[in-house]
Amino acid sequence: MPMNKPATCRAIDMGRIKEIVMECGGNKWALIPVIQKIQNEFGYIPPEAVTVIAKGLKVFPSQVQGVISFYAQFYTKPRGRQVITVCRGTACHVRGAESVLNFLEDRLGIQEGETTPDFEYTLDTVACIGVCTLAPNVVINKQVYGDMDLEKVQELFKKGE
Amino acid sequence: MNQPITVFVCAETPCLSMGSDDVFEALKAEVARQKLTNVNIEISGCHGHGLCNHGPSVVVEPEGVFYLGVRPEDVPELVGSHLRDGRPVERLLYQEKATGKIIPHYREINFYKKQQRLILRNCGRINPEKIDQYINVGGYRALAKALLEMTPIQVIEEVKRSGLRGRGGAGFPTGRKWEFGYNVLSDKKYVICNADEGDPGAFMDRSVLEADPHAVVEGLIIAGYAIGANDGYVYLRAEYPLAVKRVSIALEQAREKGFLGMDILGSGFNFNIHMKEGAGAFVCGEETALIASIESLRGMPRPRPPYPAQSGLFGKPTTINNVKTLASVPAVIDRGADWFAGIGSEKSKGTTVLALSGKIVNSGLVEVPMGTSLSTIIFDIGGGIPDGRRLKAVQTGGPSGGCIPARFPDTPVDYETLSLLGSILGSGGMVVMDDTTCMVEVARYFLSFTQAESCGKCVPCRLGTKQMLEILTRITRGRGKESDIDTLYDIARTVKECSLCGLGQTCPNPVLSTLSYFRDEYEAHIKKKNCPANQCRPLSRKASATVKS
Repeated sequence: MPMNKPATCRAIDMGRIKEIVMECGGNKWALIPVIQKIQNEFGYIPPEAVTVIAKGLKVFPSQVQGVISFYAQFYTKPRGRQVITVCRGTACHVRGAESVLNFLEDRLGIQEGETTPDFEYTLDTVACIGVCTLAPNVVINKQVYGDMDLEKVQELFKKGE
Repeated sequence: MNQPITVFVCAETPCLSMGSDDVFEALKAEVARQKLTNVNIEISGCHGHGLCNHGPSVVVEPEGVFYLGVRPEDVPELVGSHLRDGRPVERLLYQEKATGKIIPHYREINFYKKQQRLILRNCGRINPEKIDQYINVGGYRALAKALLEMTPIQVIEEVKRSGLRGRGGAGFPTGRKWEFGYNVLSDKKYVICNADEGDPGAFMDRSVLEADPHAVVEGLIIAGYAIGANDGYVYLRAEYPLAVKRVSIALEQAREKGFLGMDILGSGFNFNIHMKEGAGAFVCGEETALIASIESLRGMPRPRPPYPAQSGLFGKPTTINNVKTLASVPAVIDRGADWFAGIGSEKSKGTTVLALSGKIVNSGLVEVPMGTSLSTIIFDIGGGIPDGRRLKAVQTGGPSGGCIPARFPDTPVDYETLSLLGSILGSGGMVVMDDTTCMVEVARYFLSFTQAESCGKCVPCRLGTKQMLEILTRITRGRGKESDIDTLYDIARTVKECSLCGLGQTCPNPVLSTLSYFRDEYEAHIKKKNCPANQCRPLSRKASATVKS
């Protein structure tokens, strides 16, 4: 069992979610900040939070769901302890990001956007992180690793294990 | 004897990812240990030598000696030999690849020497987290001048006369935009800094925000004064966490110093700036979608008119400017319109910042006067193509732009010329491609991006991007049909003409420009089932072999 428990193991504290809604002002203009705050604390937006947010901000649950599903960085499922993000920017693309992604998919046995069953890894892609000078880039839990190739990606796994 | 020395350690995302924060800490500790009281260690933005892939980089000022690839274990030698004894550590200096010559001063490096830094004027020269350093290099002088010596109309006239155009891509004259904002009567107005730099391959806004956030803040306050707004927003994409942090620090410091808040500098002008983080939607760079996102709605564009200048954020008149436009404003006000108008080409004034990357020896941000030729940028500044390869094309303007083939090396980089060639200057992304890059695959790549990012509101964009992507995917997999090229033309033109917003109107550009300049590659894929660049996997044995290894 890893030291940091994945978010799923923790019960969702609905009281805290209500608090966040109130902290952010409780009007409809605060919807995105509320969602961002909940995600920062819980790692994702628990589906059961949707109605609570809607009630607190006096909007329809469908509007809350609509906003969550619109933006790429709002997640409705718990994420892995290690979130590996492959940059798909143009520079990364022409310098081999695709093969890095394919390698990671094979290595982890999951597809882009998925999480391993033990909640250890989530594999994701991002449109561009603006570190094009080091392309291709891989981000692991906000730490950028530049100038990647298949060997270096393998090294990262060795370090982590 | 002991002349004050400042050591700047680059602390932008690329150098940080190579461990520049450890180098910074090591330097501080070592300087303290050796009791060098005349040495000050600071973090800074990128030093602009185009060698970001050889970081972490360290500059010793005022001499301007710069080091590359510095590791914490190099620090005792660097401090003892250079900072104490004045003997630079030769093995960490930059060596020019072509000549083998060691160049100790960054000002002598070709990449740096041939640039003209206006928007990036302070990047690498100051600590972005210390407002005093920004003030010491003339920061907030333009604000004082605007607020205390000029009327809003005079500010607008000055910006108009300078010829400054929007650096976000469309190139709309900034002064005229402000004039619209000024002329609308309303009890409440807003100004917004669009820092939602979504184009893949563009990172100049990230760099400016990380290296010189106060320049943008100052520009936004001046914009607010000019149009008569008391509230400003910075809409910054969440993919840039460090930029978010630096701008937040800058806002706080500006508040403390009285550059934000009530009665700024005793002028009677009140202004505040709020920070909004994006959530990963490319289309939010479009102004009406950006406004929707600040209002906590789905970030979907709406038809214009009404333009945001009449009815924008919360239904109030709103003026939106790009990061680099705003960063230029203090320079225009401080040094005057005539000075600014003297830089650049006839219709495109000032400088442009390009994010040079891809198959190029030196990659990084390049700031050159508008109208500088492509070959100067790629060969003189960028150092050419690595591994002895041949330049094939230059992609400008990201997914809204096009590919300019190598046969136009003298193309001046400005708004007009690039759009004549079927591309756009756009936000300034410039990705260099060599003969191993397949142009059909490039078009497919951009379409896969715009298809995923299309918000789905209007039909041409939603369906057109999907259809074009399917056809391009089919071609790169070796299943293209003879009729595909004509179909692509048809769809591309329809999407371009009928889409609601800029995303749809420009997303066919990568397809149209590669079709017009590299039609032979499309035909080779379709008719001969062959990828001339050897990149499309099902069509080339060589590529699949490398993937396996």
